[in-house]
Amino acid sequence: MRHLIDPLDFTREEVENLLDLADRIIADPAAYQEVARHKKLATLFYEPSTRTRLSFEAAILNLGGSVLGFPGADVSSAAKGESVADTIRVISAYADIAAMRHPKEGAPLRASRYSGIPVINAGDGGHNHPTQTLTDLMTIRRRCGRLDHLTIGLCGDLKFGRTVHSLIKSLARYEGIRFLFISPKELRVPSYIITDVVEPAGLEYQEVRSLEDSMPQLDILYMTRVQRERFFNEEDYIRLKNTYVLTEDKMKLAGPNLAVLHPLPRVNEISISVDDDPRAAYFEQAKNGVYVRMALIMTLLGLPDPKQKEGN
Amino acid sequence: MLNVDAINNGIVVDHIQAGTSLELYRLLELDKLENASIALIQNVRSNKSGKKDIIKIEGDVSALNLNILAYLDPGITVATIQDGKIVSKKRPDLPRKLVNVIRCRNPRCITSVEEECEHIFLLSSTGQYRCAYCEQAFEMKPE
Repeated sequence: MRHLIDPLDFTREEVENLLDLADRIIADPAAYQEVARHKKLATLFYEPSTRTRLSFEAAILNLGGSVLGFPGADVSSAAKGESVADTIRVISAYADIAAMRHPKEGAPLRASRYSGIPVINAGDGGHNHPTQTLTDLMTIRRRCGRLDHLTIGLCGDLKFGRTVHSLIKSLARYEGIRFLFISPKELRVPSYIITDVVEPAGLEYQEVRSLEDSMPQLDILYMTRVQRERFFNEEDYIRLKNTYVLTEDKMKLAGPNLAVLHPLPRVNEISISVDDDPRAAYFEQAKNGVYVRMALIMTLLGLPDPKQKEGN
Repeated sequence: MLNVDAINNGIVVDHIQAGTSLELYRLLELDKLENASIALIQNVRSNKSGKKDIIKIEGDVSALNLNILAYLDPGITVATIQDGKIVSKKRPDLPRKLVNVIRCRNPRCITSVEEECEHIFLLSSTGQYRCAYCEQAFEMKPE
């Protein structure tokens, strides 16, 4: 049985097959509206995340399946002290596939070891968020036409930002990727990401402070929110939350083919005035997230692709 | 000079970084060896490193996971003694996986809250042990 726990659980070829499937779904969504009929997705959300949960729910509903689950730990058996291992064993009897969001790092991996159904990591603490990564890769590929030979700027909270870590791991598998890590020193990318991922891949990278200086070099700008919930100390959060704000003026420094991504929700790190710029790709990214999750559910459940059967 | 009897059957863990043998005693769970006599010798003069610790264990050591020593202190050697003679002396190999030997100290890791969750560490390509769940590297001493 396949799970998706770590962004590298799928090979590069498997990721590209999945993105191809997502592209086919976008081209003809009606062809896929019954493929998961009678299949149930359990959304096990131990911390609130409206958009990731709704994106999963939209995905299974678009495929003709149904959904059950809980939106927060306080309304689940976790509040009674049940272990993740026990919860997933029970849920395996109720659903065909599960998406788990948990504040503790490694919880979905723990669940997958006891599960009778495929488990999708929908975000575990500051660790990984592989379906956001698939969404990011899909958006980059649709915008740039490729996933290699790109200069990617990652900006903001690179320390606790799990979407950043997952994206770096995935992009490090492609040739000619150049990273600009743009952050305050307190929120620098963890050293193990550099020593275990970026350097072994032989990729070029720079750690910089200035967003303005980086803008002209970028094919992709990946903005992130400084997340209050990742800080033990409120003072540190308040001091760092306004370090980077992307504005129209800063957008003028970038090339015409830049794509600005953001995993959302944003607070104030992207000015609303940037939303109408054609280079702003973050709402399109959110839409892609539903399609890529549809493709993922189909892949993990082994559901046949109606368009491929027709030989398209 | 302190004298500790030579052993007949067992092992001598030598070249331990001075002052760390108590920590190794705990990590190797030597307190659980019921049929063995154990001597911890600290701050022994050493030509190589100035000072070192030594652990001598007389008796059955088959239950010990000695490979962890290679990670904790790569300079360590383990001599096996049979009938009063050294039959082998080597550096242990790094194990690929450690289960319930060291504990993850990341408060955000699932191992910090989940009942009866094993603490599993995997050897990374750069020679560090990382928690299988949260990927945080294990440090001998807390930061």
